[in-house]
Amino acid sequence: MDKTVNQKAWFLVLPVFLVVAFSAVLPLMTVVNYSMQDTFGNNQFFWNGVGWFKELLDPSTDLGGRFLASLGRNLFFSLVILAIEVPLGIVVALSMPRQGWTVAACLVTLALPLLIPWNVVGTIWQIFGRPDIGLLGYTLNAMGIDYNYVSNAVDAWVTVIVMDVWHWTSLVALLCYAGLKSIPEAYYQAAQIDGASRWAVFKAIQLPKMNRVLLIAVLLRFMDSFMIYTEPFVVTGGGPGNSTTFVSIELVKIALGQFDLGKAAALSLVYNLIILIVCWIFYTVMTNAGSERKPQEGAA
Amino acid sequence: MARIDLIDLAHSYGGNDAPEETFALKPVTMTWRQGGAYALLGPSGCGKTTLLNVISGIITPSRGKIQFDGQDITPLSTQKRNIAQVFQFPVIYDTMTVGQNLAFPLKNRGVPKAEIDKRVAEIGRLLDLEPYLNRKATRLTADAKQKISLGRGLVRSDVAAVLFDEPLTVIDPELKWQLRSKLKALHRELDLTMIYVTHDQTEALTFADTVVVMHDGRVVQSGTPAELFDKPAHTFVGYFIGSPGMNILPAEVKGREARIDGHIIALNRAYDNLPANAKIEIGVRPEFVEVVAPTPGLLTARIERIDDLGRIRFARARLGDAKLAARAPAGFTSSDGTAGLKFDPAHVHVYADSLLVEGAA
Repeated sequence: MDKTVNQKAWFLVLPVFLVVAFSAVLPLMTVVNYSMQDTFGNNQFFWNGVGWFKELLDPSTDLGGRFLASLGRNLFFSLVILAIEVPLGIVVALSMPRQGWTVAACLVTLALPLLIPWNVVGTIWQIFGRPDIGLLGYTLNAMGIDYNYVSNAVDAWVTVIVMDVWHWTSLVALLCYAGLKSIPEAYYQAAQIDGASRWAVFKAIQLPKMNRVLLIAVLLRFMDSFMIYTEPFVVTGGGPGNSTTFVSIELVKIALGQFDLGKAAALSLVYNLIILIVCWIFYTVMTNAGSERKPQEGAA
Repeated sequence: MARIDLIDLAHSYGGNDAPEETFALKPVTMTWRQGGAYALLGPSGCGKTTLLNVISGIITPSRGKIQFDGQDITPLSTQKRNIAQVFQFPVIYDTMTVGQNLAFPLKNRGVPKAEIDKRVAEIGRLLDLEPYLNRKATRLTADAKQKISLGRGLVRSDVAAVLFDEPLTVIDPELKWQLRSKLKALHRELDLTMIYVTHDQTEALTFADTVVVMHDGRVVQSGTPAELFDKPAHTFVGYFIGSPGMNILPAEVKGREARIDGHIIALNRAYDNLPANAKIEIGVRPEFVEVVAPTPGLLTARIERIDDLGRIRFARARLGDAKLAARAPAGFTSSDGTAGLKFDPAHVHVYADSLLVEGAA
């Protein structure tokens, strides 16, 4: 069959090209451009080559020190919330009812935190944790626990982590629940007949059947927590000191606080690259884990 | 290995208080002997899977008892009942190799490793799975997976019965036949009680030595394939088994004669004590009705078409409102679209309210 050749069709794609160019390509290229230059205001720019990038990776400079410290904090934060939210989400999903009206009730309740805007979540916890008027802060202090997220770095970290767990565990739980629901009843019946214990059922059936949705959950939660900005900014503002200053908060400080466009551009490019690489590694590792063998011929 | 007794067994998904008419499984009492090959045959929704699940313990019956070798096992959980079940869709544990899949039931029961290895090797050999024992089970074909499901049941040496729930549904037609012969061979070799649920009469009749036909939650007949064919106890059995099914025609029956439209059909036995007010029908398999040229005295039917099945031809005909199939002898043609019907008296059965009536000799 001959293909119809019609060059006019390009006009149909043109609007998309324009939209993408204006919304993505041009801004990104501007950032690349900035990252190679320095400015002292007045729209005057000076060529700096890869200078910012060199500084960024050198902990002895101010920029490098701040970047690497916030990166370390951010990775630690992501690791901690993944370590809490993934197992917790699985447990929640496993204990959810499978049928009846309680299913709908559970789903709606779980979805509630997901529907709250980031800055509102931040504000809720900011007030909730205050020792003077916050229910949590007041109660903890009344119980004799010295809790103050404004002055104590550990308290600030605990608050930010608990807040993230409260906000996002539902997502993991809902994804896992969807995975669990897709397991045919026959699997459970067969496991019963095979005399499998609750733990064996989890290991042999539920976990393997959930691994696709878990991959998605881990990816989403990693990316989201690695880009986290609003909630800690609202609650702790990155403090006390720099103790909860994550990469995005640092980035905003440099770009909008100090107006160091060159440094900020370089930082945001590296930041972006890290997310891409980590996601790629996650994805490759987890998709290969389930299929390390090539497809094989079946037994006749 | 066990004899299975069902004693007044019934199940209702709506609870025991629901009217008996709504029971998914109506009360049944029967015995399945050790080492028998049984098929539960019936259309979708006839209660055959319910009965199977009651036996395997997935469902607790709302009424009655099940005994394995005379021992009441009704309250026992599935784990404790030493049965194996193969489901409609292959169930395999994705992360395990074929060997690990086979070992799983033994491992769960804490059998020593040496014993497990021995059993797995043995079952692997029996099911021709030896070359695959160290491979991941996920990538195998559907029939290999079904063999693994079966193997997980057989691997336990104490298994009382193997239950099959339409196990060949997802298997390719040419492999179906192979797998079915494999099952038969296993049955001969292992002396196991096997219960096979299916809606496919070919599968049931070739697999089982006793076929239990179910209809609307009730066991309507249990017998050898030949019995089901020659003497259906219920009009449903006659219609469901055989292709085409049995002809069921409303008739008046008196003594040794059945009367349709004033025409007399001779019967081999005398039926003098038919229940009054019952719906009386005669049933005769198409194989035992012959179409001939219209002859005075013979019942006349309108021929609609003739199906040539190769070895045999069946005429599809109409008798008033009733449809009918009959054997068309070689060379038979109908010039005016009508034909006479010749019945073989030995194979004409009489049914009252759908149930077979035994006539007096």
